[in-house]
Amino acid sequence: MKLLVKGGRVVDPSTGRDGEFDVLIEDGRIARIGKSLPADGAEVLAVTSGWLVVPGLIDLHVHLREPGQEHKETIATGTASAVAGGFTAVACMPNTDPVNDHPGVTELILRKAADANLARVYPIGAVSIGSRGEQMAELAGQKAAGCVAFTDDGRPIASALLMRRALEYAGMLGVPIVDHCEDPSLKGDGVAHEGFFASRLGLRGIPGVAESIMVERDIALAELTGGSFHVCHMSARQSMRAVREAKARGVTNVTCEVAPHHFVMTDESLETPIRYDTNVKMNPPLREAADRDAMLAGIADGTVDVIATDHAPHHADEKQVEFDRAPFGIIGLETCVPLVFDRLVHAGRIGIVRAIELLSTNPARVFRLPGGTLAEGSVADITILAPGAPVTVRAATLKSKSKNTPFDGWELKGAVVATIVGGRIVYKNDAFKDSK
Amino acid sequence: MLRSRHLLGIADLEPDEIGLILETAEAMTEIAARPIKKVPTLRGRTVVNLFFEPSTRTRMSFEVAEKRLSADTLSISVAQSSVTKGETLLDTVRNLEAMAPDMIVIRHGSSGAPHLLARLCRSSIINAGDGMHEHPTQALLDAYTIREHKKRLDGLKVAIVGDLLHSRVLRSNVQLLNRMGAQVWACGPPTLMPPALARFGVRATTSVDEAVDGADVIMMLRIQHERMHGHFIPSTREYFTLFGLTPGRVTRAKPDVIIMHPGPMNRGVEIDSDVADGPYSVILEQVTNGVAVRMAVLYLLAGQEAGVASVSGLAPGKVQRA
Repeated sequence: MKLLVKGGRVVDPSTGRDGEFDVLIEDGRIARIGKSLPADGAEVLAVTSGWLVVPGLIDLHVHLREPGQEHKETIATGTASAVAGGFTAVACMPNTDPVNDHPGVTELILRKAADANLARVYPIGAVSIGSRGEQMAELAGQKAAGCVAFTDDGRPIASALLMRRALEYAGMLGVPIVDHCEDPSLKGDGVAHEGFFASRLGLRGIPGVAESIMVERDIALAELTGGSFHVCHMSARQSMRAVREAKARGVTNVTCEVAPHHFVMTDESLETPIRYDTNVKMNPPLREAADRDAMLAGIADGTVDVIATDHAPHHADEKQVEFDRAPFGIIGLETCVPLVFDRLVHAGRIGIVRAIELLSTNPARVFRLPGGTLAEGSVADITILAPGAPVTVRAATLKSKSKNTPFDGWELKGAVVATIVGGRIVYKNDAFKDSK
Repeated sequence: MLRSRHLLGIADLEPDEIGLILETAEAMTEIAARPIKKVPTLRGRTVVNLFFEPSTRTRMSFEVAEKRLSADTLSISVAQSSVTKGETLLDTVRNLEAMAPDMIVIRHGSSGAPHLLARLCRSSIINAGDGMHEHPTQALLDAYTIREHKKRLDGLKVAIVGDLLHSRVLRSNVQLLNRMGAQVWACGPPTLMPPALARFGVRATTSVDEAVDGADVIMMLRIQHERMHGHFIPSTREYFTLFGLTPGRVTRAKPDVIIMHPGPMNRGVEIDSDVADGPYSVILEQVTNGVAVRMAVLYLLAGQEAGVASVSGLAPGKVQRA
């Protein structure tokens, strides 16, 4: 089976390639890249001039909710959402029910992902049994079953000793530890960023330093142990400073990710346009303008390695409650590309090459995944983007089973045209049906 | 006329609307002085008092106000525990609405609960206190009480002392008093100050002496005993030493200072009994005025709908816009 992706601007930061090329795919791998390749019996996917042909996007932080919370999302609906958002692979968090602390759960996830046959799914295993922070899970067994990283996400690894041991042990396996950094005592029962808006609205606050204190602790432990530490969904300016300083002094085993909502929105959204909108409640919370600006600066200056969505589906009934009772989290897979292009690329903060680095090259490198490259011989995971195309976000039409997004109705520029996984077109955007 | 059919918070009221409510409350005060304390204004109207938090003063006050306006009232106290059994707030209220009430007065432990209902339900929603956010009728009755004594709000120095962090009374009062031209001083231990307090438009201080110095009004806020558990204060004894309102501290205020407290009071914790029961205290007047202010709010919100515009039993001259 052959597919020829004909035309378009190929941008591949991993090889430094950037220009008009055709991409020939054979047997699920990239066979050749060159100018004016002959179809030679291959199915042809014509790409409009000005569109981008890039290595498949990879989201390192997704909650697929299965097993256990299928009313929010399933692996089938979650991966449908992923490919519609341009993602050819997602890493899924272990805070399912039961928690993914056992190869049995990992195998179930992988089987369901194979059944869905859309995006690649890379399970992230729990660091501790039940993510309770008490006893380390069998990490080697989990790695053998298919886990690519370990985290107790949703919960921080509160014990410095467990974090230390996990970094040492996972270091042996060559797998990173991903920490949801947040000091539990400083978080308390907070529901929003500790700042003027939460204060005025009478919402209990979570200060930015609740995050950065643990980021700094984990950086110190990464330096001590040599294990790889990846910071989840970073949101506070103090955390950005800590990671920037660590990298500046030569620490190479610390990486970090930022979610789109943290570089787009601020805590002002608690009041405007809707007061107490539970679709702006997530953890870490939307922080103040200085933090949002720090995320933008870290994305521009190279401190940030990865943009990850923290896609966190919740049923409408669960969100339509009092603000302090609503669960944390918003969906993000299908709004990521428009937000990155509109707010980063078109806003002049980063170039297209850097955007693809953040969405594909670096995620593959950080979790040591196949993909993230268009080098000949690599897996044919490819995303085609129309960077200048207008997009109006319509929550109701999103593929995710849940619709909890604060971006409903937003008009942005930057669309996904098609998504190719293993040489197979798994998503085509109807909006571009009539194009060439 | 009020611009909204809900009273969610002082944040949504313009100064002319605050003036209108206070003027209307004056007319309502007169009703309480009559031998028959009842007017037919809200006859045939149904008002539900939905209280998700324990409350004596506010709930009784609303009930009395509703009865004096001849509304049919229904008071429901819902323990938080029965809500956690399953039914959501929205479902509870939609079930009530199936019985066609006109107004719902709600007290709830979650900030923003009345705003959720105002967005998704049909009835007029009156906020009787939501979490740490707002308690608008308390601020209105406080303003009414201050105006009764001082004949104005503009230019007064008002000291608010106590647990500022958890206080909806603070948040509503600061907005109302700022809007009406008073100067507010907020005083308490730094552990009990809301983040970014300076941006509330108050002078923040940890010195009671500074806060009450030359004050026209001193408003004390309750300290809850459970605050000792969150490392907010070491003990109520130490709190009283540093922040308690004693007769000695009152002498620093203006000679005609009034002392207020939204209740319930902790004698010997935030306020000395000699002050609470002393000549400057207007604490029980606040309770009396609460009824008139709530009658005014109910009357004005009901007036949003046709048919209640002409009200019998009220002196018409008194309900003109201020």
